[in-house]
Amino acid sequence: MKGKYMSDLPSSAKAVIIGAGIVGNSVAFHLADLGWRDLVQVDKGPLPNPGGSTGHASNFIFPVDHGKEITQLTADSVRQYREMGVFTECGGIEVARTPERVQELHRRMASAKSYEIEDTEIITPARVKELVPFIDESIILGGFYTPSVGVVDSLRAGTIMREKAMALNALTVSANTEVLDIEVTNGRVSAVVTDKGTIKTETVVIACGCWSPKIAAMAGAHIPLTPAVHQMKDIGPVPEFADAKGDIEYPIIRDMDTNMYERQHGTGLEVGSYAHRPILHDVDEIPSNAEAALSPTEMPFTQKDFDLQDEHAYEIMPQIIGNETVGQKYAINGLLSLTPDGMPILGETPEVKGLWSAAAVWIKEGPGVGRMLAQWMVLGEPEIDLHQSNVARFYDHHKTRAHIRARTSEGFNKTYGIVHPAEQWASNRNVRLSPYYEREKELGAVFYEGVGWERPFWYESNAPLVEKFGDAVMPRTSEWEARWWSPIINAEHLQMRETAGLVDLSAFAMFDVTGPSALDVVQRAALRQMDVAVGKVVYTPVLKPQGGYQSDLTIMRLGENQFRVVTGGAHGMADLKWFRDLLPENGTASITDLTSAYSTIGVWGPNARKIMQKITSADMSHEGFPFGTSRVIEIGTQRVLASRISYVGDLGWELYIPIEQGLKLWDAVWEAGQEFGLIPVGIGVYGTTGRLEKGYRAYGAELDSEYTVLEAGMATKKVKDADFIGKAAHLLHREQPVAAVLCGLTVVDHTSSTGEKRYMLGGEPILTKDGKPITDAKGRRSFATSAGSGPSVGKHILMAYLPPEQAKEGTELLVEYMGEHYPVLVERVGIAGLFNPTNERIMS
Amino acid sequence: MEIAVCIKRVPLLGSAIVLTPDGMAIDTSKLGFGLSPHEECAVEAAVQLVEANGGSVTLFSMGHVDGEEQIRDQLAIGADRAVLIDTNGVEPDPQAAASALAEAISTEDTTFDLVIMGSESADYGGSQTGIRVAHKLGLPVVTSVKGLKIEGGVATCERAVGSIREVYTVTLPAVITVRDGLNIPRYASVPGRMKARKKSVDIKQVTFDEPRITTKKFTIPDREAKGATSLGSGDEAAAALVDVLKQIGVLT
Amino acid sequence: MILVYVDHDRGEIDPISLQAISAATALDPDVQAVIVGHGGKELAGEIAAYGATAIHAGHHVDLFDFTPRAHARAVHSLIEKNSPRAVLAGGTPRGNEVLSHVAALMDAPFASECVSIVLTGADRADIVRARWAGNMLEEAVVVAPVLIASVQAHSFTAVAAAAPLSLTEFEVPLSEGDVLVRVQDRVGSSAGGVGLAEAKVVVSGGRGMDGPDAFSMLEDIAGVLGGAVGCSRVVTSAGWRPHAEQVGQTGTKVAPDLYIACGISGATQHIAGCKSSKTLIAINTDAQAPIMGFADYVVVDNVHTFLPLLIEKLKAANQK
Repeated sequence: MKGKYMSDLPSSAKAVIIGAGIVGNSVAFHLADLGWRDLVQVDKGPLPNPGGSTGHASNFIFPVDHGKEITQLTADSVRQYREMGVFTECGGIEVARTPERVQELHRRMASAKSYEIEDTEIITPARVKELVPFIDESIILGGFYTPSVGVVDSLRAGTIMREKAMALNALTVSANTEVLDIEVTNGRVSAVVTDKGTIKTETVVIACGCWSPKIAAMAGAHIPLTPAVHQMKDIGPVPEFADAKGDIEYPIIRDMDTNMYERQHGTGLEVGSYAHRPILHDVDEIPSNAEAALSPTEMPFTQKDFDLQDEHAYEIMPQIIGNETVGQKYAINGLLSLTPDGMPILGETPEVKGLWSAAAVWIKEGPGVGRMLAQWMVLGEPEIDLHQSNVARFYDHHKTRAHIRARTSEGFNKTYGIVHPAEQWASNRNVRLSPYYEREKELGAVFYEGVGWERPFWYESNAPLVEKFGDAVMPRTSEWEARWWSPIINAEHLQMRETAGLVDLSAFAMFDVTGPSALDVVQRAALRQMDVAVGKVVYTPVLKPQGGYQSDLTIMRLGENQFRVVTGGAHGMADLKWFRDLLPENGTASITDLTSAYSTIGVWGPNARKIMQKITSADMSHEGFPFGTSRVIEIGTQRVLASRISYVGDLGWELYIPIEQGLKLWDAVWEAGQEFGLIPVGIGVYGTTGRLEKGYRAYGAELDSEYTVLEAGMATKKVKDADFIGKAAHLLHREQPVAAVLCGLTVVDHTSSTGEKRYMLGGEPILTKDGKPITDAKGRRSFATSAGSGPSVGKHILMAYLPPEQAKEGTELLVEYMGEHYPVLVERVGIAGLFNPTNERIMS
Repeated sequence: MEIAVCIKRVPLLGSAIVLTPDGMAIDTSKLGFGLSPHEECAVEAAVQLVEANGGSVTLFSMGHVDGEEQIRDQLAIGADRAVLIDTNGVEPDPQAAASALAEAISTEDTTFDLVIMGSESADYGGSQTGIRVAHKLGLPVVTSVKGLKIEGGVATCERAVGSIREVYTVTLPAVITVRDGLNIPRYASVPGRMKARKKSVDIKQVTFDEPRITTKKFTIPDREAKGATSLGSGDEAAAALVDVLKQIGVLT
Repeated sequence: MILVYVDHDRGEIDPISLQAISAATALDPDVQAVIVGHGGKELAGEIAAYGATAIHAGHHVDLFDFTPRAHARAVHSLIEKNSPRAVLAGGTPRGNEVLSHVAALMDAPFASECVSIVLTGADRADIVRARWAGNMLEEAVVVAPVLIASVQAHSFTAVAAAAPLSLTEFEVPLSEGDVLVRVQDRVGSSAGGVGLAEAKVVVSGGRGMDGPDAFSMLEDIAGVLGGAVGCSRVVTSAGWRPHAEQVGQTGTKVAPDLYIACGISGATQHIAGCKSSKTLIAINTDAQAPIMGFADYVVVDNVHTFLPLLIEKLKAANQK
């Protein structure tokens, strides 16, 4: 009996979806829509409101976010909510009480343009008052108005989607059914055990909101999130709303500087807060449906934590909040899910095949997440790139309770915060220290964290160089751009180009693919030819089925049957899973994670060869150690794997050494380098200035699954014969005109209306000369995928995908930054860099 | 008019009660707290009387010191001050509770015209504390009141007995215990809460007499799993339901 | 000997008092009853039919309607005179009130709302009493030479056990303070029709009614079945219906032949008031709502669409 609500569970299923909140329902519908049948959905609570976070959500949606991924998921969700007829547009205004917030609202405007949210505007306090008459406009400086903000009926949406799946005869729903265990056989899900019976299945989706970690743990997987409190109260009846006919008739106010929101809700006013102390719970502290007075996730309100918020609400809406006849009808400590990095947790878990996570999702992303996850499960990839949400992104330490609690505590009050793009976490630092850490500290390293690693971003010991290079370091006077930045970065850059720099690259993730089928595995992953001579280093795109980027990384052929994959730390664990998923079932290839076995340092600059030659008897000449090759060399008593590649545009090597020997290697290079002007160089150069001057792409900035190899300008002359993932799509792309091309742009004039020089940080919309946003044939907006100094070219560089019409060298365009327009020039189209485009600095 | 109101913090329950493993208490770790609905009406009645006649409302509560939060909720709706008798985790029997409350009420500087209490607490449900307090204070007591009017120092009280209402009159000072339905308690406003933060809550210690009723343990009665018969839904269920009504004889 | 306080209202005996007599009989065959006020002694035969071996009817020129402390005085005087091992009453507002006064007069413990009583010694009793209106039970020991206890309504069954009629009348020794608080007047229920507490059929609505309007359907059903309309606490808090109609721990506790719960989820507060119903029918969209666990019959449907169908069928059936 299919397509029914029933209490007798089927004994087997194509997939079991655990959870009937907005996410589970959406996954169920979209799996059915994509053709899957024999789906079973269970929830331990009743329907239509099983008692999770969906049931008490405030249900409003502000479409603008600084992140592309979240903005796209939200936009897709809004589209679905509108189609279901459960979206009520009411508008929303983020108000500023401080000048710093006004600047932030201009950033919101820019993000709206970059990610195609229409009709947003910065409005005056008087205009805010016009729209929301019960606000005290005297305490605000302005607002960011988004007319397309709306409120949804998320429970209704869930029901509609669930019932659509049932109407397709695809879904059996069993409420009040508690999952007791998930059985795993040979690393793959094999059954879900519930209190109403066991369901055999190879696919399970965990859409259990804040209960997700507990369910994942049953299978031995991790979904690192914590239930956390978001306080809200409903006061009323408000005399001003006595005639309110609908659920919502006034724009929602987000009082950003107090981390609060106020929205009319029928005759009441709902006041919510992200300002209170972080209140985290463990899953076991959540009451059952029966035990809870309201619902499990509507926990008892703790007034003390809201005392200050009452006063803030009173300040902005004294007329309503100050009315003694308006009482507090309802107040909860509502539970939601927080993750250590603030992003959702989506995708197949790296621990267990067939176990999918759809957790830490807000109402505004729910339907979109459901659709994307279903695409991912059925088609192999979602149309929206979800690398920031990928459940496979986590390293082991990320999964600890202490890390989750530390970062969510720190992050909670940033919900409405002004978060600088380079802002660093303060909590749980010093988790992963390179062997050179003490040396770096002595050199005054300023550490930024990357996936737990402490990475020198620049070295205070290089401060004297700032004076040496003078204005060439492109000093910044604006506090915002000078924050989390130092002119020393640019000084290090310039010095490295004169002599040489030593860079700690310990954060790389690396793993070996070995065995008789190793070549087949890497061939299947890589766009480029991997059947190369032993000793070759290949930098290659790794594509998804539809021909977009999964990753870009380097693979060294160390032996007939041994390939070492080196990739960025941030995406390393996701890449590791990608390759593991390609291993043949017959065991003829295997993967060994070496991330914590080897450390990497880079030596680059005109003097790099002299330095290296001084400490090794190996032939380091251009001919003896050609570019794009690697080999083991001896440096004193150490055997070091050296690889001649460059991500900064200068001659040099990456040196790989067992971690416990790293310090000795560092000291050897350091000592040898002294007479050649070797300086320590931070990630500020490696990750930004060096690469931008060369036009090198970065995964997650320029490269993701929404762009093709052709668009990124990284196509090879011919396509290898061997099959690889995404090949068919890639071949098709080669036949089609590109919708956009990645270009290098430079800022022509930095001067703002106040005469201050301003420097973009990335994410800003690129506009036509008459100030219009640019949209390519695939509907994608042009925006700065990266931005940063090019000290050696003396220009501030932006990278952006531009439609062919604009992608012409010499095209004059604009960039919008903090509410103003600055002229920019298209200088490079395609792969070539601005600095030394002929590459002789690297290739000689 | 000086009014004392006795209130008690109780957990806010869902549809099932979970006990601690030793069965000696409700596991309140996941629960919020509030007052018995009777007592919410008691506070509301007192606040209304003071609004009409002047005077002040003093709250007396006995229990865990964390109960200050629930006391502040009531200060927020208009009570003026409060005395919290810290029981140090001990649950007194009704005799001991009444003695301690009467002691606290009588040792205040204020002489109260009226002591209002709930007819029984939501949790213990002893139905006697108000009467015992009245005896200790030497005052008359009217219980289970669902209608209250005070004029010229005389309280006219109504209480429901079956389908009729009995009317009592009593000259103040007196103790009156009230039931839910006496009024509709107001919700605290935000300004009320802001004021409540500044009101005084005196915390007093107490030593109880030996209990005469000693709890051995708590149990949750087995819900008789009736094995409900499903009548389905829609038209078919309506017909089936009519048959059931005929079967049990309420429809002929 | 066990003394039982029997409550009555102008000659109409309180059924819970009879349950108390049966509870007392299980403790000691020697059960005596005390009944006070106008019309009390006329009930002696009825009381004897439930096994009371002696009936003491208290009177006083000042006593007509209920006068709680005077009734307590009557009970107290009999305790002093006859030294019963225990004094019981029905767990009703009046029964509890009278025994509270008795206990206060004696400075003795009072175990209210018992569902089980076992006398274990000369001054000890093991009792089980209802907390949270019966949603939780307390097992306790009471130390007192005279156990004062009330029995929770409907936790004991009144069993007829005819005893020979033995009626003694006595004058209650009253002081002025005992008659200060007394019924001065009686006013009828504001709502006409059948009183909730006595109704044989109660048709109740909860949050699922979504507002006051839909209650007219419940009135229709109650009209056809000759019943009363009830509601849950949510409904009275929202102001949809008067408090007099609230069924539950803090409202009216009912024990009708039929209870129909419409759109009521079944919080402990509500269950406490309706669980003694002989037949409970629940109508709810959620098949797993707590109320369904207490129901004899369930209809899983939306009240707004289902009730019109039911009314149509009821009216048709009624016309036949």
